[in-house]
Amino acid sequence: MTREEALGIVKEAITSIVPDADFDSLAPDERFRDTLELDSLDFLGFVETLSDRTGCRIDEDDYPSLTTLADVADFLTDRCWRTRD
Amino acid sequence: MPEFTMPSLGADMEEGTLLEWLVHPGDTVHKGDVVAVVETAKSTIEVECFGSGTVERLLVEAGTTVAVGTPLAQIGAAAPPQAAPVAPPVAGAVDEVHSPLVRRLAAAEGVDLTTVHGTGPGGTITRADVDHAAADKARTRPRATPLARRLADVLGVDLRRVTGSGAGGTVRADDIRKVAGHAEPKAGPKAEPRKAEARKAAAARTAADRSAAMRRAIGDLMSRSKREIPHYYLSTTIDLAAADTWMRDHNRRAPVAERLVPAALLLKAAALALHDVPQLNGFWTDDHFVPATAVHLGVAVALRGVGLVAPALHDADTLELPDLMRRLKDVTIRARSGRLRGSETADPTITVTSLGDQGVEAVFGVIYPPQVALVGFGKVVMRPTAVDGLLGVRPTVTATLSADHRASDGAVGARYLATVDRLLQQPEQL
Repeated sequence: MTREEALGIVKEAITSIVPDADFDSLAPDERFRDTLELDSLDFLGFVETLSDRTGCRIDEDDYPSLTTLADVADFLTDRCWRTRD
Repeated sequence: MPEFTMPSLGADMEEGTLLEWLVHPGDTVHKGDVVAVVETAKSTIEVECFGSGTVERLLVEAGTTVAVGTPLAQIGAAAPPQAAPVAPPVAGAVDEVHSPLVRRLAAAEGVDLTTVHGTGPGGTITRADVDHAAADKARTRPRATPLARRLADVLGVDLRRVTGSGAGGTVRADDIRKVAGHAEPKAGPKAEPRKAEARKAAAARTAADRSAAMRRAIGDLMSRSKREIPHYYLSTTIDLAAADTWMRDHNRRAPVAERLVPAALLLKAAALALHDVPQLNGFWTDDHFVPATAVHLGVAVALRGVGLVAPALHDADTLELPDLMRRLKDVTIRARSGRLRGSETADPTITVTSLGDQGVEAVFGVIYPPQVALVGFGKVVMRPTAVDGLLGVRPTVTATLSADHRASDGAVGARYLATVDRLLQQPEQL
């Protein structure tokens, strides 16, 4: 998976929770969970979508590395590269 | 012939807009079927049918805004529609002997004793009869004679604003005429222009209007709460180490879709603790506390930018954690997408608010009348904590209780929070 693809999946996962999320005003290094006011249920839904779309296992211990769009994209390209088919 | 009326979908609801019919005349409906979609000031709600039968006539067109209690449809018996009409209840025949308990119960449940068939000795109405009638009855429909109801409809009078002069406060036709300032009803078909206006108004409602309506609905209910309810507040800090360890262990083994969040454990503990302290689970009605027979936990859900709703997790005390978690996700998603069920918004017996995800450590909430308590959970915070004489850094949560001093005292509230604490120390038993 390219980083571009990963970022696409991240945005898609966020959009499924906050349909009107505005990515233009969301900096890549911004803590989107705070900015978009995601609660723990929202975040769990976000992780669920990421796992579904990438087939990659994401543990609770990984949550701290999922704070900004850039982080998540990096995480997916690193981690899911190896675990995917 | 039973009428399906605009239900009260929460203590703060006065009127609703019928957005969409999901049934048509001739359709067979069963108790609990979703039959219509109603928009209130706070959300869009799928409304269930209270009885079973055949839809005979829709009385209100989509797009119309009507007061709570207004008949929306006529539902005939499940058998052929013309089958044996039940003898109409005789107003005034209420002077049979009912025990004060039965009268109180009937008043609390809003059951009109004139319509209850007594099974006790000599036809007296027993407690069980009232329970039965309450269960059968459409929610908080105002007591009124059928003629009064029709008149109110024709004259555009809100039944709930009329003081009934009949038995048990039943609204009679004369009461309606007095309020409407008319000696007699207008014969014509019912006010078409009003409908058209309402439809236009509904269509013109923008998001800003909706947001304003939501603020008004919240404002009205919360003002009423602060005006009427003498709140008292308690707070305690609970060690969550055991619960957190147990949950992480569970989550490591579970697929993402079955993972738990701390809120699920907190909600379950809040529900279970009511078994020990039932004085906080129920309603303050007619100057006394009416305990609820089940735990329907209202869960405050923030709607991004436009307020909040607190739909019920029914029988939360009996749900296994994975079920509770599933229901919590489901109800949260539907609250935000505007598809709650009528039964979920109408009957929470106590409410829990959890603002932990927004970063605050404690929340002292305002009680939703007629409920008598509101439980608050803050953020899970790592705090230095003394355990067995040693200092450690452990996850903790501040649990608070706002309770109605008319219904309980501080000692009762304290026992409740202590019970929540105790339950959270044994997460495997939640």
